[in-house]
Amino acid sequence: MAKQYETVIGLEVHVELAAKTKIFCGCSTKFGGAPNTHTCPVCTGMPGSLPVLNRQVVEYAAAIGLAANCEIARVCKFDRKNYFYPDNPQNYQISQLYLPIARNGYIEIECGNTRKKVRIHEMHMEEDAGKLVHDEWDDTSLVDYNRSGVPLVEIVSEPDMRSADEVIAYLEKLRLIIQYLGASDCKLQEGSMRADVNLSVRETGSTELGTRTEMKNLNSFKAISRAIEGERRRQIELLEEGKKVVQETRRWDDNKEVSHAMRSKEDAKDYRYFPEPDLVPIVISDEWLAKIKARQPELRTEKLERYKKEFDIPRYDAEIITGSKHMADIFEAVAAVCGKPKKAANWLIVETLRLLKERGQEPEDICFDPENLAKLIAMTEAGVINSSVAKEVFEKIFDENVDPEKYVEEQGLKIENDEGALEEVLAKVIAENPQAVSDYKGGKKKALGALVGQTMKAVKGKADPGTVNRKLKEMLS
Amino acid sequence: MDITCLTAVELGKKIRAGEISVREAVEASLAQIDKVEKDVHAFVTINREEALKRADEVQKLIDAGELTGPLAGVPMAVKDNMCTEGVLTTSGSKILGNFVPSYTAEAMKRLEAAGAVMLGKTNMDEFAMGSTTETSYYGVTRNPWNLEHVPGGSSGGSCAAVAAQECFYALGSDTGGSIRQPSAFCGVAGLKPTYGTVSRYGLIAYGSSLDQIGPAARDVTDCASILEVIAGHDPKDSTSVGRESYAFTSALTEDVQGMRIGIPRDYFGEGLDKEIKDTILQTVKELEKKGAIVEEFDLNLVKYAIPAYYVIASAEAGSNLSRFDGVKYGYRTEEYEGLHNMYKKSRSEGFGAEVKRRIMLGSFVLSSGYYDAYYLKALRTKALIKQEFDRAFAKYDVIVAPAAPTTAPKLGSSLSDPLKMYLSDVYTVSVNLAGLPGISVPAGIDSKGLPIGMQLIGDCYQENKIIRAAYTVERIRGYARPQLAAADEKGGRQ
Amino acid sequence: MADRISDETIEYVGILAKLELSESEKEAAKLDMERMLDYIDTLNELDTEGTEPMSHVFAVNNVFREDVVTNGDGSRETLANAPVRSEQSFKVPKTIG
Repeated sequence: MAKQYETVIGLEVHVELAAKTKIFCGCSTKFGGAPNTHTCPVCTGMPGSLPVLNRQVVEYAAAIGLAANCEIARVCKFDRKNYFYPDNPQNYQISQLYLPIARNGYIEIECGNTRKKVRIHEMHMEEDAGKLVHDEWDDTSLVDYNRSGVPLVEIVSEPDMRSADEVIAYLEKLRLIIQYLGASDCKLQEGSMRADVNLSVRETGSTELGTRTEMKNLNSFKAISRAIEGERRRQIELLEEGKKVVQETRRWDDNKEVSHAMRSKEDAKDYRYFPEPDLVPIVISDEWLAKIKARQPELRTEKLERYKKEFDIPRYDAEIITGSKHMADIFEAVAAVCGKPKKAANWLIVETLRLLKERGQEPEDICFDPENLAKLIAMTEAGVINSSVAKEVFEKIFDENVDPEKYVEEQGLKIENDEGALEEVLAKVIAENPQAVSDYKGGKKKALGALVGQTMKAVKGKADPGTVNRKLKEMLS
Repeated sequence: MDITCLTAVELGKKIRAGEISVREAVEASLAQIDKVEKDVHAFVTINREEALKRADEVQKLIDAGELTGPLAGVPMAVKDNMCTEGVLTTSGSKILGNFVPSYTAEAMKRLEAAGAVMLGKTNMDEFAMGSTTETSYYGVTRNPWNLEHVPGGSSGGSCAAVAAQECFYALGSDTGGSIRQPSAFCGVAGLKPTYGTVSRYGLIAYGSSLDQIGPAARDVTDCASILEVIAGHDPKDSTSVGRESYAFTSALTEDVQGMRIGIPRDYFGEGLDKEIKDTILQTVKELEKKGAIVEEFDLNLVKYAIPAYYVIASAEAGSNLSRFDGVKYGYRTEEYEGLHNMYKKSRSEGFGAEVKRRIMLGSFVLSSGYYDAYYLKALRTKALIKQEFDRAFAKYDVIVAPAAPTTAPKLGSSLSDPLKMYLSDVYTVSVNLAGLPGISVPAGIDSKGLPIGMQLIGDCYQENKIIRAAYTVERIRGYARPQLAAADEKGGRQ
Repeated sequence: MADRISDETIEYVGILAKLELSESEKEAAKLDMERMLDYIDTLNELDTEGTEPMSHVFAVNNVFREDVVTNGDGSRETLANAPVRSEQSFKVPKTIG
């Protein structure tokens, strides 16, 4: 019988914190911008520059640590990690090795029907590196330090995961927690959440860990799943052939679905960590920690409870909405403006999710102003537009964030409330459709539908079907 | 009257009184530079035009009553490891041979705000690594007292420029004695403040946990006046300390009545030049006559200070200097194949031998398997040395020490044996490890005609005690100035 | 003298420090380093058991900045000293093959 293997996975997750400024200087962390515009002597490693720690970074990191059930260090320090690479302007990264801010936590995940705890080994603060753009023609790389010094936390799990599904469940849970804290937007595509996968295989039943590899360059949940499957297969093949797995860092190429060893004799992987002499220790007092705790925003379970009580929306709807912090924020804003939480929930769950799916987007990508949806709901409720027009207008809101009031006005989509005008149209429709009229009068009630349809067509949808129905009945009686 | 003979504070007074214009002072300094610089070579960069322009600006501000401080209008110089906006800043290295910073070091900014006129940037051992100013890529600086001798280092350019009256005062930096030792060799007063007193922002780091900026000046009054301007909490430097008082000039009194002075036996034993020993102990006797209480004591662990210092300083330096890589600024080699070759060639061609030696040592002591044995051991030793000083300062106000085992050695006699050169830092490095303030003040002249310096060490934040003691020494000893000899024709210059 | 610095060690430290030494420099570096390390080994005479390593002399802690943007477009200053640049970026030999 062929050997059975178990996959053992631990993750190192980097999350860019939502601070407005970099970890050690007053440069903006805004995404984008022309190369090197968000830079200063500190984040470009100019001689003589010195780092000063952003308080907000400590508070976000501590908040994440608390939410991940970690012990928060009462004294923590920064260390220098020394290695040469052009995206790292000082050729050392300021990070934490000896006394990280948080340790020994866990995240509870649900995968299929089972729940399990994934333990967190430690969590530390560090600075991000710059961006390298490779010029294929020129054999050169271009360096942009706009991201250099953007604050990160790295969350290092224990090797507690056994499958790609568990890894995705862990990442989704982590992302949700951090988004709820407002500590990061956690966008994988933009790199504000990145995961390195440490993976080893062993024969099922064995308690010893196999040799692991570390995989980098994983930009989506799908890439992570594929990389895990690919690496698992590669390692099992090696073992089956009687070869050994080499402990190394590998780069995943998601297009070709293969990984390559990132080895070079110039990379000694000896980081020569030592305490950062330019920064002083951080002492986190009980009072400070209590303040950070008190400032923690409502987390998902609390939100679910509140939605039930405050808005009386079904549990299922509430779960979908709170599944994304961004969507929950929009929901609350819409409900607050229009006072119709059930309608708001409905628009999000039905139409919004449909459009997201059609456009291959995530809830985080929703970019319309909540007021516009609120206005749309109010207009529908007031009978200004009918429901099919509303759907059409919503698509415009979803894609272009249009103001529905203006849009409806400009496009002339309002229901005509001029009864005289409507009666004229109805008279015309009656005159032009003698067959349907006689069918209706002869008892075929269905024939009325055809007349309503003709009328709606004639007014280009700008009438309330109910009113049309009623008026027709009156005129034909 | 020869303007250049004045102290900074004397000159400042005359400028404010309208007796001397700022331009006259700058022109006098530039004339002195023209006269002696070919022999002394204290400067890497001389900022002639800018200094004259600045002189007129400062004069206007003084005339308008906007600048009233003691240093307004006084020409000065800055060690070339402090960044100066728009002015070449080399740190004595080829690797920064074209580096023009976009910002000015905080200490210099404070001086500018007080009306300083910068004449130029002074020579130094490359990245402050050395005790002679011979490791500079820009040639050696000579001792104004005897051009065949070194001025000391690493702030040799600053101290030589002050001694040769090319400027009225200068900023130096002190990581293991780099202000105090060249001050002693050049016969000027030099002060290394308590760690954290002067912002390190804009100082090109050597050993970050040890570096401090301080003044080199004609006398103790100038030192205290300069320190009063450059000291202060700086939010840009996390290790900067907000102090209760910065009134250093208030300590300029000739009063050592009841002052407890400790003489560490270990500093006056074997290895110390007899003339230095006798001169310092003689001066201490004079202090005793003036009411000081003098006592010999055992300062333990003296022999461990140098090895601990070289481990810590080299480790920090190796990391601090990794930013010089040919990517963002400074020297990049002409020809290279690929990234790592570019790094290696740029650094190997850009750094001098002493710098490479310390980077190698620093990388080794932090490398896998050695961190505990070397680096942590050195940090533990540092803790014990600090405790020793704490014990000593429980009993004494001031500790008296030499600044160096000998007076200025001859050019070319030190570099051949690095370890021996390191050992000559024995009286100065402990002060940096423990973060203490120290001042070197002239105490006499030896039989070769070279100045002898005396070091006064205080407890943390006790600058005023050492300033008071040094001021009193100065009253006893007076200030001597070098008779600038003509350059030794045989010696030649690099 | 402890013969702890092998050719491989010098080679390795050269990789870490990104320094390329000539053969004669390597020999000199070996000798220098061994002498220094022998000297540094005098620290082993000292009992440091139970002493905490001291990286900062003073017990200063919690020095922070507030999270407020204070810097504008710094690209001109950042790039002013670039040895080789391409428009707004620093240019280096290609980093991945």
